[in-house]
Amino acid sequence: MGTWFTSNQKLTHKKVPLKTYLSELHVHTVLSPCAGVEMIPPLIVKKALDIGLNLIAITDHNASENVPAVIKAAEGSDLTVLPGMELQTEEDVHILCLFDTVEQLNKLQELVDKTLPDIKNNVEFFGEQFIVDQTGEFIQRKERLLINSTQLSFDEAFRSVTELGGLFIPAHVNRQAFGLIDHLGFVPPDLDIEALEISRHISLEEAKKNFPQIKKFPLIQSGDVHYIDDFLGVNQFIIEKPTIAELKQAFRSINGRCFTVISHN
Amino acid sequence: MNLNEIIQNLNLKVLTNSKDFSTIKVKSGYCSDLLSCVMTGAEPEGIWITLMSHSNIVAVAALLDLAAIIITEDAQPDQQTIDKANEKDIIMLSSPDPNYEVIGQLWELGLRATKN
Repeated sequence: MGTWFTSNQKLTHKKVPLKTYLSELHVHTVLSPCAGVEMIPPLIVKKALDIGLNLIAITDHNASENVPAVIKAAEGSDLTVLPGMELQTEEDVHILCLFDTVEQLNKLQELVDKTLPDIKNNVEFFGEQFIVDQTGEFIQRKERLLINSTQLSFDEAFRSVTELGGLFIPAHVNRQAFGLIDHLGFVPPDLDIEALEISRHISLEEAKKNFPQIKKFPLIQSGDVHYIDDFLGVNQFIIEKPTIAELKQAFRSINGRCFTVISHN
Repeated sequence: MNLNEIIQNLNLKVLTNSKDFSTIKVKSGYCSDLLSCVMTGAEPEGIWITLMSHSNIVAVAALLDLAAIIITEDAQPDQQTIDKANEKDIIMLSSPDPNYEVIGQLWELGLRATKN
């Protein structure tokens, strides 16, 4: 940590201290009906720190109420928590939407709330949707079923997230269920998509071999953490600070920033 | 069967530029909302029934040389998608009915699935 890298910006000639961030950018909490009961803020933070991560993103299905609680739970630790959401577009494609601030995320949430069908969750079938505080204490149940498609199209979602200053990463593109490639056939060529996510079930090499069209994109790999042992934490960023702008620079390998997926077993 | 018969019988709205649809042959029908399936399942000169209105449908139809796309449940492709379809000479039609009903009507007209 704390290694000094030379910035390649010719105009400034400034040395910017860059730091290594090891991250898991796809973490669900007990708000997602499919997540385990242990996915409460203090346990998420503890597990992330235990396995040496210093950056995570909280990404519940079409929801964001538990993000502030996880941010609070991480206060005073070395862990940065990015506000995020796993949005489901009208084409049934899942997208990781990551932001710098809860305010930006709340603006996306407003759009989502307007277009997510008002169907009550069937707890027996889908599971509980709990909003909790930073200690994991129950606050209330989210009544509306979160596992559903919004009426935001893939392109509309891309534009909204980008205009809000967020990062738009189609999730687990290799998976048949809710994956970009199965549903939309290929990555829409007109959109300036920064990165794609592959699931834990495939290696980077296999993903590039099986889906040649995704080769030109930076590929993050996530544990799609629904249970505490799902953390993968293989996305390594060398950046100045953990912001969306820095992550974007790392994906583009500019200004000395870089991104790699480290090997795992 | 020609495309004009289908448009008239199913009372379809034409979303792209008008042309002489009676000269366009339709040999088979295919339905899926997963574009990856369509790319391997639909046949040239076939008609594709889908709820999808994302602009990627234009590229898929062009790739497979489809006779037309019927977009169901009044799903509305955006103007950019319609422009792209016109540019690539892809015909997009629209129906308020769901996939199941549109397919039923095509079947009654005598249009069958792919030949293979």
